[in-house]
Parts: sequence; structure tokens; C-alpha cells
Amino acid sequence: MSKVVLDVSDVDKKFGGLRALSDINLQIEEGTVNAIIGPNGAGKSTLLNVIVGRLPPSRGHVKFNGQELTGKRPYEINQMGVARVFQTPEIFPDLTLLQNAMVPALAKRDGQFNMSILKSLYHEAELREDAEQMLKDLGLIEHKDQLAKSMSRGDKRRLELAMCLVQHPKLVLLDEPTAGMSRHDTNRTIDLLKSIKEQGMTKVIIEHDMHVVFSLADRISVLAQGAIIAQGTPEEVRNDPKVKEAYLGGEQL
Amino acid sequence: MINANLASPRQDLIYMLVFSAVILTMPLWLQPFGAAYPGLLQKFMIFGILAIGYNLLFGLTGYLSFGHAAFLGIGSYAAVWSFKLLSMNVIPAIIFGTVMSGLFAVVVGYVCLRRAGIYFAILTLAFAQMAYNLAYSVLTPITNGETGLQLSQQDPRILDRMFGIEATSSLPFPNLFGITSAGFYGFYICAAVMIIVFFIALRIFRSSFGLKLRAIKSNQTRMSYTGYNTRPFLMTTFVISGMYAGLAGSLMAVTDPLAGAERMQWTASGEVVLMTILGGAGTLIGPLLGAGIIKYFENIFSAFNENMLMDAFSFLPDWMAEGVAAFLGLFVGDGWHLTLGLVFMLIVIFLPGGMMEGLQRIWKLIRHGRHKRDHQSKSQQASAEEA
Ligand SMILES: Nc1ncnc2c1ncn2[C@@H]1O[C@H](COP(=O)(O)OP(=O)(O)OP(=O)(O)O)[C@@H](O)[C@H]1O
Ligand SMILES: [Mg+2]
Repeated sequence: MSKVVLDVSDVDKKFGGLRALSDINLQIEEGTVNAIIGPNGAGKSTLLNVIVGRLPPSRGHVKFNGQELTGKRPYEINQMGVARVFQTPEIFPDLTLLQNAMVPALAKRDGQFNMSILKSLYHEAELREDAEQMLKDLGLIEHKDQLAKSMSRGDKRRLELAMCLVQHPKLVLLDEPTAGMSRHDTNRTIDLLKSIKEQGMTKVIIEHDMHVVFSLADRISVLAQGAIIAQGTPEEVRNDPKVKEAYLGGEQL
Repeated sequence: MINANLASPRQDLIYMLVFSAVILTMPLWLQPFGAAYPGLLQKFMIFGILAIGYNLLFGLTGYLSFGHAAFLGIGSYAAVWSFKLLSMNVIPAIIFGTVMSGLFAVVVGYVCLRRAGIYFAILTLAFAQMAYNLAYSVLTPITNGETGLQLSQQDPRILDRMFGIEATSSLPFPNLFGITSAGFYGFYICAAVMIIVFFIALRIFRSSFGLKLRAIKSNQTRMSYTGYNTRPFLMTTFVISGMYAGLAGSLMAVTDPLAGAERMQWTASGEVVLMTILGGAGTLIGPLLGAGIIKYFENIFSAFNENMLMDAFSFLPDWMAEGVAAFLGLFVGDGWHLTLGLVFMLIVIFLPGGMMEGLQRIWKLIRHGRHKRDHQSKSQQASAEEA
């Protein structure tokens, strides 16, 4: 068994009376692609929120490469190498696409705070090339000088993906990265996600599109009503009767 | 404008040279506008510096402070105290004023930056009103309350005495190593400071620091999930912006060595917001333009009175002239703020990017027109050749 990068143990999350997550145990191995599937309101996004420090868990711990994440601030967690794509795109609407991609690259290079004003962006050629390369990979390069708010929803998603990947994170958490994309763009995104698989980046991906899930994932966890009801390889999950019942209402995957 | 932050060093050098030339020749080219007298020129510089600094905070990070007048006031008081205690030289006064408001900004920023949006604005307003009231009453030993802080012949002026500069029979005036800071000299001192602080603002706009500030304005949530601790960014910018205001305040004292609490009133805080938005928040030159325009028209409009209007409309029948003059009288003199309010509303509604947006639109129209004409003449040529 290879190294566990992300270790979620006994996590509970309550919103008032609602138990959005109960007793979540999840080990994610280095370099794998992990899909989290489940019906609407199952708690998938909440789980990611707990991991990146957006929400404190009511109980339990999250560890990343052996280091405790619980209680850490979102920027600290990002600086440790965890990047996230949100369900509703979080980008910089008033900046150009290129600037959108440069800001995360600067965070990786300069750290959480740096106020040097001596170097003009004009001289940041290397960083700009990195950002441009990433936009190219995602098919956004021809729009690089456009404002992000003028892009379509699918393009915003791809932009957000570019913003995460330009940081070369150790772990990326993707919340429905292909929702709202055309078939063509979805396939392109799958190809991209597959191609970075070779670079040893660990991915956790929430997805409704089974085509995406089965063409990408090494392991699948099924979440229903805040609990993990099945875990395993795509084959194992596909044939799990509990999954069929709880999640798909008996329908064939 | 989108690629403005990718201007090459050469372009920036030219930009700075042109800017400096325009500033330094103001006494010449403002002559036809009747604005080339020292008092007004000094105001252009002082309020320009205030607006440039304000814009670093508001234009880049989007945090709307409604308390910048407090920094202005503190800068003035500190500068006058420097004249009283240390020396009539303007350099220690400017340094002292800027540093003191910087320190105050650290405290205010520490408290107010816990909140964003309207809550931040209200917290800064509360701080400024507190400062204003303190200056008026409790702190009278420091501020001399209602009368305002003034120089007197008995002031110690330790450094001046040390260097053997003796008090004359009249009140001393601030100076730069013997050159008085009154009149045009005062303007040139302010202009020199303006060029320096404009250059610093330019560096901030062009740097990755500036880009990060704009990113904070655009989406602060994304910033923290992108690995940035936004608080120190905001704190730094707030303090820099407060220091610009303190600098402007100390220059007020340099050109007119008095300091009164009214400088800290909320209307003064509101004025710099208007200047920045009117000119174009987030642009380099816009706030300066806004400050200039407001101070220029304030100067013209508030000088008018109803009698002058009556004279102007004397060609009309008496009853009509009276009516027109009474109506227009609402907008001039003390009513100048009414005019300002109307103009401000029009700008916010029709040109939310301020005058800079207006200029850009005009520029585009001209270029577009020229483009069309080129196109037409080319196709005409082509058809001529065909024929
Ligand atoms: N901040 C919050 N406060 C209160 N309740 C919340 C909060 N966030 C999520 N919930 C609730 O927790 C439950 C799980 O929500 P979550 O967003 O994690 O579901 P999901 O699996 O991501 O669903 P979807 O597929 O629709 O995105 C839902 O019932 C939701 O209403
Ligand atoms: Mg969700």
C-alpha cells in the first residue's frame, strides 16, 4: 500500500439538528484519483469544506501528510499544497484570465504575504509564461486578456481549475469540475485530469457525471445522508447492491 | 487599460517625465483658466496627494474608508507641533506628520479591518468622529480646541535655537532651509512631494503587490483558498493610505501653519471619496483629476453670489432675472455643494468608472472614427485602382 496523503478520521459535522456528516473515515493514497459520489444533499461539498478549513468539524480530525489540518486557516492549508475548485466558481471576476492565473502562481512563489513593490509585473516573465501555459492547456489562451466575468460558466470552471493547477498542488479537491460544460469541454477536461495523473498529484473529485467518474477514478466512495455507504474500486462499487439501492434506486450504472 | 500593469519600464519612465513636466508647469498652463495662483495650486497638490493615497486603499482593495479626514487632521497637528517644538523647517514637520498618522492608522486599521464592506466604512467613520470630538474638547492642551493650534513667538523651536536661528519680531513662517514655503515656493515644495508619492503609487500599481490587492477587491474568498493571508495586505495598504493623508495634512500646515479640528469633520472624509470616484477609482491619474476638478470648481462656484448673477442676467426683464438668479443662486456660493452633489450623481449613474472612463470612451470613439475613415479611403482607393 502506498503512502496515505489525506487521512479523514471519525469526522462529524452538525448544522444545528442536521447531521451533515457522520463518522466519516477516508484514507486517500498518494497519486490516486478518488471520486466521491452521492445524491444531492449527501454532504459531499461539506466534506470538502471541512478538509480545506472552510468549516470546522464538530468532531474528528483531518490529517494531510501526517500534519493536522483541523483548526488551520484556509490559506495555511493551501500553502501546505492543497488546492480546491468550488461548486460555484470562485474566480477573480474583475481581473483578466491571465491575471487570474498569475495570482495563484504568485501565492505559491511568494507565500502568504509579501509586499515588495520593487519588481514590476513586467519583469515576471517566467511566472507569466507558467500562467499562459496553464491557460493554453485548458484551452483558454485566446481569451487571456479578457475579464473573467465575461466568460461562460463552463469557462469559469476551467479557469478555476487552471488557477488550482498552476500552483502544482500535492492534493486537488474538485467539486463538480465539469458541471455546466459542453460534452466537448468535459472530455477535454477529463483528458487534462488524466494527463496530470502521471505527475503524482492526488485528486479528490466530486462528480455527478458517471462517464467522468468511471473514466477517471481509481477509487470511489459513495456518500448518502452524510455517511459513507460504500468504498472501493469502480468495479466493486458498481456491483455493490447497497449502492444500487441507496443511490441509484436500483437503476443499472 | 487592461494591460496597464504590463507597461514597460521605458513607458513608465516617459510617463513619469510627462507627469512631472505637467505638474511643474501648472503655474503656466493653468493661467488661462484663472487658476494659476499659489493658494489654489497648493490645494491641487495637497488634495491630489490625499486622493492618490485614498485610492490605493479604495481603488485597489475596494475598502471604502469614511474616516480619512482624521489622518489629515493628525498630519496637520503633528506638523504644527514640529514647527513649535523642533524647527520651522518643513522636513521634520512632514516626516513627523506622516509618521504620526501612520501610527494612528495602525490602531484604526487593526480594529476596523476586522470587518469589510459597510461595517468597515462605519467603523472608520466612528473613529474619525471620535478623533474630531477629542480634538475639539478633551485634547484641548494638544489641539487648542476650537481656536485651533497656532504658532507663537514663544515656541521653543529647539533645533532652530540650537543652530542659532533667532526668532524675528514677526511670527516665523515654515521654510525649507531658509526658503519660505509660502506662495509659489510652497507650491513647488508640494509639487516635489507629489511627484515622489505619485511614483510610489505607480510602483504599487505595477507590482505583484498591487495585483494581489486588486484580487482581494475582486474576490477575497478566493484569495484565502489561494494561499493568501489577506489581513496583512489590507493592513499595509491601510497604513500607507493613512500616511498619504497624514502627508497631505502636514503639507496643509506647511503652506499655512495652522491646524483646526474642522479638518477632521466627516464632510472632509466624504470629499476625498467624491474626488476619487469622480476621477475614477482604481486608476492612477483619476483621483488626482477628481481632486483638481473639485477644488477648481469649488473655487469658482463658491465665489459667485446672487448680485453677480443679477448682473449677468440684467439683459432679461427684471422679474425674470430675479427668478433666474434666485434659482441659480441655489447652486453657487454656499450652495456649491448642491452642484457637486448633482454632478456626482450624474457621474455615478452614467459613468461609474468616473472621468477616466469618460475620457477612455471619447478616445475609443475618436479611434473608431479614424479607423472607419481609413477603411473607407482604402476601399475607395481599391475601387479607384480597379477602375
Ligand atoms: N453552511 C451550512 N449551513 C447549514 N446547512 C448546510 C450548510 N452547508 C450545507 N448544509 C446542509 O448540509 C447538507 C449537505 O450539503 P452539501 O452541500 O454538502 O451536499 P452535496 O452532497 O454537496 O449536494 P450537491 O450534490 O447538491 O452539491 C444539506 O442538507 C445542506 O442543506
Ligand atoms: Mg455540493
